[in-house]
Amino acid sequence: MSAIGFLVNGEPVEVDVPGMRRLLDVLREDLGLTGTKEGCGEGECGACSVLLDGDVVDACLVPMCQVDGRIVRTVEGLAVSAREPGGLDVLQEAFLQFGAAQCGICTPGMLMAARAYLDAGGGPDPDAIREGIAGNLCRCTGYQKIVDAIAAVAAGEVAS
Amino acid sequence: MPDALILERGATVAGRTRGYPVRREGPAKLSGAAKYTDDLVFPGAWYGTTIRSTEPRARLLAIELDPAIDWSRVIVVTATDITGENLISAIKEDQPVLVPVGGEIRHHAEPVALLAAVDRETLRQLRPHIRLVTEPLEPVFDPEASEHVFAEYEIGGGDLDAGFAGADLILEGEYRVGHQEQLYIENNAMIAVPAEDGGMAVHGSLQCPYYVHKAMKKTLGLSSAQARVIQAETGGGFGGKEEFPSIIALHASLLARKSGRPVRMIYDRHEDLVATTKRHPAIIRHRTGVMRDGTLVAQDIEIVMDGGAYCTLTPVVLSRGALHSGGPYRCPNVRIRARATRTNTAPNGAFRGFGAPQTEFAMETHLNRIAERLDMSPAEIRRRNVYELDDTTPTGQVLRESVAAQEVLRLAVEASEFERVRAENRAAAAARRTGPNGVFGPSSRLHSQAASKATGIGLALAWHGAGFTGSGEVHIGSVASVELTSEGRVRILIGSTEMGQGTNTIFPLMVAGELGIVADHVDMAPVDTAFVPDSGPTVASRTAMVVGGLCIDAARRLRAEVEARHDGRPFAEVYLADAIAHGPTRIDQRFEPYPGVNFDDATYRGDAYPVFGWAACVITVEVDLDTGEVAVRDVVAVDDVGRVLHPILCEGQVEGGTLQAIGYATIEEIKLDNGRYLNDRLATYLIPTALDAPRMRTLLVEAPFSGAPHGAKGVGELPMDVGAPAVVAAIHDAVEVWITELPATPERIIAALDDQADEPVRGIA
Repeated sequence: MSAIGFLVNGEPVEVDVPGMRRLLDVLREDLGLTGTKEGCGEGECGACSVLLDGDVVDACLVPMCQVDGRIVRTVEGLAVSAREPGGLDVLQEAFLQFGAAQCGICTPGMLMAARAYLDAGGGPDPDAIREGIAGNLCRCTGYQKIVDAIAAVAAGEVAS
Repeated sequence: MPDALILERGATVAGRTRGYPVRREGPAKLSGAAKYTDDLVFPGAWYGTTIRSTEPRARLLAIELDPAIDWSRVIVVTATDITGENLISAIKEDQPVLVPVGGEIRHHAEPVALLAAVDRETLRQLRPHIRLVTEPLEPVFDPEASEHVFAEYEIGGGDLDAGFAGADLILEGEYRVGHQEQLYIENNAMIAVPAEDGGMAVHGSLQCPYYVHKAMKKTLGLSSAQARVIQAETGGGFGGKEEFPSIIALHASLLARKSGRPVRMIYDRHEDLVATTKRHPAIIRHRTGVMRDGTLVAQDIEIVMDGGAYCTLTPVVLSRGALHSGGPYRCPNVRIRARATRTNTAPNGAFRGFGAPQTEFAMETHLNRIAERLDMSPAEIRRRNVYELDDTTPTGQVLRESVAAQEVLRLAVEASEFERVRAENRAAAAARRTGPNGVFGPSSRLHSQAASKATGIGLALAWHGAGFTGSGEVHIGSVASVELTSEGRVRILIGSTEMGQGTNTIFPLMVAGELGIVADHVDMAPVDTAFVPDSGPTVASRTAMVVGGLCIDAARRLRAEVEARHDGRPFAEVYLADAIAHGPTRIDQRFEPYPGVNFDDATYRGDAYPVFGWAACVITVEVDLDTGEVAVRDVVAVDDVGRVLHPILCEGQVEGGTLQAIGYATIEEIKLDNGRYLNDRLATYLIPTALDAPRMRTLLVEAPFSGAPHGAKGVGELPMDVGAPAVVAAIHDAVEVWITELPATPERIIAALDDQADEPVRGIA
């Protein structure tokens, strides 16, 4: 066990866990951030996608020893830019309006992948968006409305 | 249906949401606040796990616990701990909850014992120390060789021999489809919580709360009040959470009862793939008599489905598959023989489409081969045969209304410019054919300087019976309730579940529209068997049509009752005052048979479905001539759903179902070895990513059903029936080979191209 300190959604936290404990379990079980989901546990589905220093990672594949001193962002931290408490940010609002979330289990991970794509300067080109979310499986939507929602945000067409 | 689009919230985004409210539980799902089963916290809960067989068939002689291990840290449950019946409630009750010592193990992943411990690490350490002593038995894997028949049907009418005798051409074909996994992204999950009165509550990911409720009563020996089923937010189902949740709920409950504490039974992906139900594999043979003008005159169809080790829902899957197997085409002389048998593989069960995608793939592909043989356009042969109003189906059902087959076909052909694109593709294929070697095949691929990719366009058409088959609705007698509460809210109480399809959003719209109030003033009661009635299972695309219809009828009665107390003044003006003065008013609406709809389950004659939905799909693919890989580029989907209740959610159903069908057609395949799934991880069982998914355009058609007050016929399964045959037709348009076994993998396409090179003039037998 060792003390590992990092930032989660802007808040400093310290956990005393084995170095090989998965970031996913620390988020969900130790910090109660259950917005991040487990879909496969082996890095194939992307349901547990979070941002680690701004890059999309599968939290099921990240051991805590790699998280010390770093910045983690989860779905719970997306709405900090919302205009009102409990509101949604522009990306979440776009997903809501376009019908990009159905069962919702892939949605947190999908939002994080989309956030990373947009933060990296990604534009509204559908092929580029598809590339950006190719690591995140959705079984409900056929992806069309997800791509449309991200494109609308990239084009500045959605207000939060 | 009255205008339900009276909005408060969401009205500011009217352009993008087209005036419809956003998904009701959307904000919770988007913010991460929505609680799925594994997100629920129960203090003191232990973790449960399942010990499974590793053999396809064996006699269980003993379950041995390693004596060197301290077993006091865990709870072990075997069949001897079951106080009620050791059977999972189903159509034919043949599946044990746990195989007893002396009993027969019938598939590789069969549950034999259960363990619970304080943490997952303890379970991981102890699992290998349980040993199953078995005596191997000879397994059966070939469904055609199996002598154990789960169900058998013969459907038909006319004079088959006379039909074939009068035909200009008789064409035969054999088609095969394999397993498909539903692959909801949330695995099966259930948490059992013991109650002080000896009862048990389960919180879980499920489609059909009252299926689980019934199973708990039977196996745990509980009363209706003692068994309680509460649906957590559910991360997709597609049929995969129709019957299976009963098993996992019983397992969790047995552990919870013995340990006296909550037990979490959360499958990981590997276990979910290994142990849960799949789409039934099938072998389908067609012999078809046709006239030179394309008119179908005789259809002889044989279907064999692989039920796996236990019956589950197989008889009903087979029934739907058989009833849809002739496709949406009139034919005077038809014989459909269908059977499903037992094999020593994990049980197969419900999956979106429920038998119809298998048989409609075969029919559509066979019809395309007939069209090719007659040198006729795939669109034209359909136009000449497709059902019209007042046509009669093989069960003798007269299609009296809501027949939109020609309409969906016309729209799909027009929107995709099918004939023009197909002519271009034909010209390109002809140009390739007259390349250096004159034929396709390895040599032409090596030597041709031409493009390494070929484009194709394919068309498919389907019908899908709305709601349950035959007398299903009458037997179930669903109930839905609408209540004006004492607080002046309107509340819908149904046992139908939201799993992403939009139930939570469309039901308040339907009821509010009927009452003339805003949808935001209508609540959905949580799905908890302690409070909601049995509205039947959330399956068969029946929720919007059947349960929605019940809610509208209940709302009409509520409105009438409240307005009668206020001199006929409109409900919207008086309901708040009425709630305060009068207290709650609740209407329970029970299903009444649709007028004029009759089916004889014994003879399979009559109205197999109250009405049908109709779908057409045009798909464009690109086939890599070197590797055989298929890229699906573009989809035009046209679906007649009776009445569109919410266009965005409805399109979402079509798009999602279409991609599942494309996965079925191209990459989704389970390989078996000695009855065990070889690709039992998400790294090896592949589903389409955003890069594999095509651009999709959806056109919705409304041919309403008079039996439902709103006219809706359901949407969920329709797109699943047409995607795969459209892909296979498009592959043929591109490279001129017919793929008759799904999925159309690169290996199968290359093999077919090589065969074609050996045998350039190759028709169907």
